[in-house]
Amino acid sequence: MAKKEVSLTREYLKGLWDENPVLISLLGLCPTLAVTNSAVNGIAMALATTFVLVSSSLLISSMRNFIPHQVRIAGYILIIATFVTVADRFMAAFSPEISKALGPYVPLIVVNCIILGRQEAFSSKHGIGRSLLDSLGMGTGFLLVLFVLGSIREILGSGSILNFQILGDWFNPWMVMILPPGAFLTLGLLIGLSNWWNDRRANA
Amino acid sequence: MSTSAKMIIVLTLIATLSGGILASWDSFTAPRIEQHRLEALKEAISEVLPEYDHYDEKTVDGRTFYTGKTAKGQTVGIAFQAKGSGFQGEISMMVGVTPDFSKITGLSILAQVETPGLGSKIVSDPTNKQNPDWFTEQFQGVTPEPEITVVKNQKPSKSTQIQAITGATISSKSVVKILNNTIEQAKAEYAKEVKQVS
Repeated sequence: MAKKEVSLTREYLKGLWDENPVLISLLGLCPTLAVTNSAVNGIAMALATTFVLVSSSLLISSMRNFIPHQVRIAGYILIIATFVTVADRFMAAFSPEISKALGPYVPLIVVNCIILGRQEAFSSKHGIGRSLLDSLGMGTGFLLVLFVLGSIREILGSGSILNFQILGDWFNPWMVMILPPGAFLTLGLLIGLSNWWNDRRANA
Repeated sequence: MSTSAKMIIVLTLIATLSGGILASWDSFTAPRIEQHRLEALKEAISEVLPEYDHYDEKTVDGRTFYTGKTAKGQTVGIAFQAKGSGFQGEISMMVGVTPDFSKITGLSILAQVETPGLGSKIVSDPTNKQNPDWFTEQFQGVTPEPEITVVKNQKPSKSTQIQAITGATISSKSVVKILNNTIEQAKAEYAKEVKQVS
């Protein structure tokens, strides 16, 4: 482990932009596209995912020397699935409205590639502290994208943000924005924009 | 220790731990989830029936009937669930009818996956600012026999007609079709149940 050590701040911040799970790694696209028809749904989804990501990372990094290599994926999935069920039941018990709006996408966090990907790529090789920062950073990056995507789609598709009506009666909502095509269009534009910005920065 | 023994021990340990956590978590959340379910059910029943004092629950052939009664025990209406396919997936709703099944007293959509902004207007129509619930409300007083029909872009003229949502004719028709299919069947089931009791 004589690799160059990255600073702790960097460990957290990389998830926000440079290694953003959605914009750069293109992971976790299914929930990203499916639940961002409003900003609130996006935030709820990202928080649930972050909870699962952080808890699994902590547990897996603390058990990393103890789980045999051959069964690591099975072990990770068991741990992830446990936390997902905990989050799912929690939402159903304490905020039935949001739980209903997110539908099957909460249980589907199990197959979110961001989570398994971070366990395999990071938590299984690093200590608890770094894994915590890494997973928090990835979670925040996911939250940022889902919030921005949800906000754009909600403003254009329903004329509101976080359920507050901000556009008046003159505004005719673009129905397509809260339908699946709106998700693809907005996400495509966001990814294009971030690539353009990164290119410009690299060439400058 | 051999690798396979270690593999078995570690996985068993994780699985046991996970089972334990989930079992205790479930015993903590299950009562609340059940309570939410009952509240939603009760709200739907009170929405579709005329004012009642209490309701009885009876299940015939897998369908549960909620019979609303006054304090003196007089039946004011019967509510039951109706399910069927909509434009994209299943629509499930609570229907209230008069004791003789001759008129609908109310309709409430419990769950649907219709197109947001179009078919979802069967639940609530944000473009109608005065009365977003107009679609389900117009079923009040509708006669379900011989069958409910849909009219487009005009006010219904008969007691068996309802107006379709513009841009969501299939969703509107699906709701009507489910009602037509279910009410008659429910009436037969309910009659059977009354016979058994008497």
